[in-house]
Amino acid sequence: MTSPAKAAPGRGGVGDSPVRPDGTLKVTGEFAYASDLWTDGMLWGATLRSPHPRARVRALDTAPALARPGVHAVLTHEDVPGRPVFGLDHPDQPVLASDEVRYQGEPVALVAADHPETARRALADIAVEWEVLEPVTDARAVAADPDAHRVQERGGIVRRQPIRVGDVPAAKQAAEVVVSGEFEVGIQDQAFLGPESGLAVPADDGGVDLYVSTQWIHKDVAQIAPCLGLPEDKIRMTMAGVGGAFGGREDLSMQIHAAMLALRTGRPVKMSYNRQESFFGHVHRHPAWMRYEYGASGDGRLLYADVEIVLDGGAYTSSTENVTGNAASLGVGPYEIPNIAIDAVGVYTNNPPCGAMRGFGAVQACFAYESMMDRLAAACGLTPVEVRRRNAVSQGSRMATGQVIDSPAPLAAMLERVDAMPPPPAADASDLRNLPGGVAQTTHGEGVVRGVGYGVGIKNICFSEGFDDYSTARVRLEVIGGEPAALVHTAAAEVGQGLVTLKAQIARTELGVDRVTIAPADNAVGDAGSSSASRQSYMTGGAVKAACEAVRAELLARAARRTGRDDLSVSGGVVVSRAAGAVASVAEILGDDAIEETREYHHRRTTALDPVTGQGDSHTQLALCVHRAVVDVDVELGLVKVVELAAVQDVGKIMNRLSLEGQIHGGTAQGLGLAVMEEIVVSGGVVRNPSFTDYLIPTILDMPPMRLDILEYPDPNAPYGLRGAGEPPTLSSTPAIVAAIRDATGKALTRVPVRPEHIVG
Amino acid sequence: MRVNVTVNGSAETVDDVWEGESLLYLLRERMGLPGSKNACEQGECGSCTVYLDDVPVCACLVAAGQAEGRRVRTVEGLAEGGRLDPVQEAFVEAGAVQCGFCTPGLVVQTHALIARDPDPSDADIREALAGNLCRCTGYEKILDAVRLAARRKATA
Repeated sequence: MTSPAKAAPGRGGVGDSPVRPDGTLKVTGEFAYASDLWTDGMLWGATLRSPHPRARVRALDTAPALARPGVHAVLTHEDVPGRPVFGLDHPDQPVLASDEVRYQGEPVALVAADHPETARRALADIAVEWEVLEPVTDARAVAADPDAHRVQERGGIVRRQPIRVGDVPAAKQAAEVVVSGEFEVGIQDQAFLGPESGLAVPADDGGVDLYVSTQWIHKDVAQIAPCLGLPEDKIRMTMAGVGGAFGGREDLSMQIHAAMLALRTGRPVKMSYNRQESFFGHVHRHPAWMRYEYGASGDGRLLYADVEIVLDGGAYTSSTENVTGNAASLGVGPYEIPNIAIDAVGVYTNNPPCGAMRGFGAVQACFAYESMMDRLAAACGLTPVEVRRRNAVSQGSRMATGQVIDSPAPLAAMLERVDAMPPPPAADASDLRNLPGGVAQTTHGEGVVRGVGYGVGIKNICFSEGFDDYSTARVRLEVIGGEPAALVHTAAAEVGQGLVTLKAQIARTELGVDRVTIAPADNAVGDAGSSSASRQSYMTGGAVKAACEAVRAELLARAARRTGRDDLSVSGGVVVSRAAGAVASVAEILGDDAIEETREYHHRRTTALDPVTGQGDSHTQLALCVHRAVVDVDVELGLVKVVELAAVQDVGKIMNRLSLEGQIHGGTAQGLGLAVMEEIVVSGGVVRNPSFTDYLIPTILDMPPMRLDILEYPDPNAPYGLRGAGEPPTLSSTPAIVAAIRDATGKALTRVPVRPEHIVG
Repeated sequence: MRVNVTVNGSAETVDDVWEGESLLYLLRERMGLPGSKNACEQGECGSCTVYLDDVPVCACLVAAGQAEGRRVRTVEGLAEGGRLDPVQEAFVEAGAVQCGFCTPGLVVQTHALIARDPDPSDADIREALAGNLCRCTGYEKILDAVRLAARRKATA
């Protein structure tokens, strides 16, 4: 009686690639991003930030700022109405610093003024007397002796997560081949283009209406409310247009600050960071130091892994616990290894704060374990593809955590497919634009050498380690203008990935209607969880599917009562009987009534990792991507041109090919950035390059053509069999590109990003 | 100060402009045209690209006063008679839009490219769009969109 409806192919259902519902607004400039918001009587907020990575605030004088014409409020920690600290997992980050600042850029005071320039000048009027302290900046020193380097009350260590499998000391005796290495990953920035921005409007009931760009509305509200001393129902949050996220909007930025200024002044307050401030306004990807030792039999089959990973989380907890957990549980990648010892540790320092970024702890480990696989290949005289194939996991394999992979993991087939792809042609050196360095090339390509490299990555999809991960969807079906129309309402963040398109596709498929409207995301509906961990197609997709199924069941129950039939389904706006064909239109069944259902969708429960052995079924789904990179390197000038990137990815089910390809392309590009250019350079806790002049992200000249081969091995546990897709390509493209540069240069290249001096040095 | 400027074909006068404001601020905050975007405000990302007279510029690098007496055409002014420009259509259809924050600048820059070179090679496209950063797409679908737009304009 509730057999699934089918949207006809090409009608914008699951599997089609309908255009984005927000596409036209985005190409005409009418789409309202958070920084575009404007209202009558609005003030501009601005933030005074610490210039020091560690210092004590001896005195703070706001009077000169308050005296400046046009300034309406100047607030400090004394003005925080409620709890003085917030945080994603632990409330340990001050809303405004009270006694000590622990990273460069930590917020100290706020100003609201009638013009952004007035606000900026008022910040300069605030007199702060600093007692500068020696910052803690050596993460490995903290890991070795945490008590000697405490930067905050919680201590020096955020989390230690060991993994212990088998008997590594015995395996060390048996190994015929041993390879080892130390690897480093620099700090990567999400560099979303839409700066942290939003509008806070004070409400008549003493609460506040917030219009912000975020990844997780409900988590924001849960953190904001206690700091404002308000109940959660007085914080009404509506998603403003989001200009990219990539993890960098999972933590709060301006939300509490703008709300404080609005509540104090009784006026709407807009805050919008500029690019320099944005580099201090969000967490980054954790820098990592990693020591790896692998032993294998002579034919390249892994016997043991002995691994140490140190992740620098900066001064506050953010999501470092879970990033550390990922680095541990995915620390040796998608390879079968019978004996494993991993020690992953996340620490507190006074370096820039780090938290979520696309790939989330798995990126750092992937660079190391893939570098190790290439070392093993070389030591055993095998090709990079063959050494990976010999050790590849498959369905039924055990991960390092002991978790059995219980859905397809077609890594061997993926490796064969990427290996079989034809190589790109040699560069036409007669056009300088084809050479490394482009038109800046000063040679005729005499020093250019081609290299090829491979990378494999495995990423957990959805939240792990026992978290009760769920999403909520409300779906309403009614007749509008004589046609059945569905309204889909969730709190899930559309950050550019195309979730708005996918939600409508699912509603069309499940309800057999063409007309679907997506309601703005807000907290008038239940929690959707974060747009992170590649989880929204799975989780909010699953919730929309469940809510649609409930609506459909009610619709068909009404149709059954009316027709006396129980063999009904719905398609193209018509209720169809298997025996009798079309029996009624959806509009006839509904009449003036609406059917509305709300459903929560939870994925299979996972378990925590054992704190001593790291064993546990901690992930609900795992996803694989394989890259082949082809590069041309000018080995004399140290210049790299990535010539082609080919990717094979298993996504379970292609829900929307156009959006999916965009995710793989974009994820691959961020991996290229980490491989050859992107790093927040820090010395003594101070950021040296907080601008797009000095922090480089890939341009259209840096990105090569990409060849994609997308596989569909369904996961029986996931909605439609889909597998999360946004992050895996970010893992594997980095090691593939670095391997290709090694192939061209013969250099060890143990650190990313690879810089010219690493190639010519 | 007062600024007289023709924006998207309409002669406008804006009063009380502070001399330090950029053309981007003038458009976004004083003229209700936030389509041009504020991603870096230092001329590195191209998201604020507009035509100043007939030349694409970063509006963040132009002082508001420099626009005095000149013509500005923004992304809001590309669609004519309620119909999207072929460049805008192509960006939507080709999947070149994700978060969309770079899109207005890329659309204007592509519009200018095809106006001066109706059949650009891939190398030409890459060179012309090298000043426009996109963080979401990896640029593949943007290349598709530019090729599609050029074909559409050629047959229009």
